[in-house]
Amino acid sequence: RGRALAVPVSPCTQVSGAAAAGALPKRVKVVEVGPRDGLQNEKNVVPTAVKINLINMLSETGLQVIEATSFVSPKWVPQMADHTEVMQGINKLPGISYPVLTPNLKGFQAAVAAGAKEVSIFGAASELFTKKNINCSIEESLERFSEVMTAARAASIPVRGYVSCVLGCPYEGKISAAKVAEVSKKMYSMGCYEISLGDTIGIGTPGSMREMLTAVMKEVPVGALAVHCHDTYGQALANILVALQMGVSVVDASVAGLGGCPYAQGASGNVATEDLVYMLNGLGIHTGVDLQKLMDTGTFICNALNRRTNSKVSQASCRL
Amino acid sequence: MGTVPSALKHCLSYQHLLKEQLWIGDAAVPPPAAPHPGQEFQASGLPEYIKIVEVGPRDGLQNEKVIVPTDIKIELINRLSKTGLPAIEVTSFVSSKWVPQMADHKEVMRGIERHPGVQYPVLTPNLQGFHSAIAAGATEVSVFGAASESFSKMNINCSIEESIEKFEEVTKSARNMNIPVRGYVSCALGCPYEGNIIPAKVAEVSKRLYSMGCYEISLGDTIGVGTPGSMKRMLEAVMKEIPLSALAVHCHDTYGQALANILTAIQMGVAVVDSSVAGLGGCPYAKGATGNVATEDVIYMLNGLGINTGVNLYTVMEAGNFICTALNKKTNSKVAQASFNTATIN
Repeated sequence: RGRALAVPVSPCTQVSGAAAAGALPKRVKVVEVGPRDGLQNEKNVVPTAVKINLINMLSETGLQVIEATSFVSPKWVPQMADHTEVMQGINKLPGISYPVLTPNLKGFQAAVAAGAKEVSIFGAASELFTKKNINCSIEESLERFSEVMTAARAASIPVRGYVSCVLGCPYEGKISAAKVAEVSKKMYSMGCYEISLGDTIGIGTPGSMREMLTAVMKEVPVGALAVHCHDTYGQALANILVALQMGVSVVDASVAGLGGCPYAQGASGNVATEDLVYMLNGLGIHTGVDLQKLMDTGTFICNALNRRTNSKVSQASCRL
Repeated sequence: MGTVPSALKHCLSYQHLLKEQLWIGDAAVPPPAAPHPGQEFQASGLPEYIKIVEVGPRDGLQNEKVIVPTDIKIELINRLSKTGLPAIEVTSFVSSKWVPQMADHKEVMRGIERHPGVQYPVLTPNLQGFHSAIAAGATEVSVFGAASESFSKMNINCSIEESIEKFEEVTKSARNMNIPVRGYVSCALGCPYEGNIIPAKVAEVSKRLYSMGCYEISLGDTIGVGTPGSMKRMLEAVMKEIPLSALAVHCHDTYGQALANILTAIQMGVAVVDSSVAGLGGCPYAKGATGNVATEDVIYMLNGLGINTGVNLYTVMEAGNFICTALNKKTNSKVAQASFNTATIN
């Protein structure tokens, strides 16, 4: 039947000029969460050397933010037990930020001792989710975080705030947009420079994304907002598109779509960075990310994990 | 955080969760009937109703490796007929030498239940196929053009112009017999041989098909390379030549872009979307890659946008489960994956 092109021709190479619609941002900051959120939800525990190599490869792709690890007790999250070694072992390239999760003051102190220059804290818009996850109420969790905020301010360490379950909760079901706005506002007021709104179980659609963002944008400036979409129901890119149309310009993603969903066995989780960058390229939006190098990194980690990629762009480019 | 088994144990069942959020609805409750045709738009600017054209039994199965027995095809179509889908592409009256999967086109056409209010179009590449289809009881047909000369040559061994001439024979006969004809334009956002396809070319071919009498033009991103950017540019060009109400999009999910592309199209007012149950049908141009977008995932998104489709998502998932079991393969629908994997937990 003749030879089809060996390399897929991404329309991005022929696009000249500006983003498609007037409302879309010209640049988007992609926050890579594969090494933390991704690996944390992978079944196989990954050797430290592999984690370090993964982060080093990601550092070469043009990504500006790479979430490196989590300073949480290894009792709860065995995958992140080597947080100190990872933090100390990676090449930290200038211009790239390597935030780490710090659930409490103890974690924060360990992170800073290990060389962290940016941290993240994880809130939720659901009481039940907070209870199940960290065994306290939302209010109590925010009190814990305020200790971290105080210490971070004193050390001039920027803090990113995450809000989980923004479009639905595996325990409570429906989550009101007003609740998401309330929690986001509190975390922003506490001093988080950015709030990443997470569709933790991927249940959201462009409809609920729009409704939630409309509420949150009344309380937090859009320039301080990010979206963290899971692709469990295949809705992630459509949800991200709506967020971009509303002015959001920071998007979280995970190389190779690492990280399943702990609430739906066998289902996928994080949206794949490759697929996100492909879409942004096609929209003429600048990310600074080299898609080829990103795919190579995805291939590396999938081989190391002995699993198939969740990225459709990688699959289509014969990088299974 | 937290161990997996206990997290699953305490979760709401997904059926409960989704029903509550009104994105899937009740299995027992039929969805509202389709409104009369016309471009009614919601306050959000999106269409109030979107017609889903189910292409699984034809486009889907055609691109599956395993040859499916005739009775399984018929069972699949019969199940789909009960979901509320308004149009189900049944088979293709093409030479079995080229497409062995569709060799049983007559038996399938004659064997299926025909539900009132449901259309059962079939592909007819030429006049011969058309006559054969009519003889077998078809009441609607489709013709397949392309916006790429190379693709046209590789696929049907003739130029775009020559293929248009063949289709004109079909549409002429069809008009005489009051048979509606749907026109497809392949490679609308990119071609596996030529690469980039200019929107003006897509508009030109679409216009030819529309002018010869096709009531609807389905614009196909055949290799799924399109993005919301290229979709918008292509539709802007085509909408200069064809009324919006006559346009459909047929997106492949090979690069994961389908739902974002479909969203873009419906934001521009397109109100007809093609999809394939369980995302049946791989991509013949990228080994191992996916092809058609999954009907379940499209409906999930449209439900979440408050757009009426008349389709019951549960029953589509069941039909998808049926055909995947028969094909011994995993579904390509993420909604089905997420839902069926938790069904047994609770």
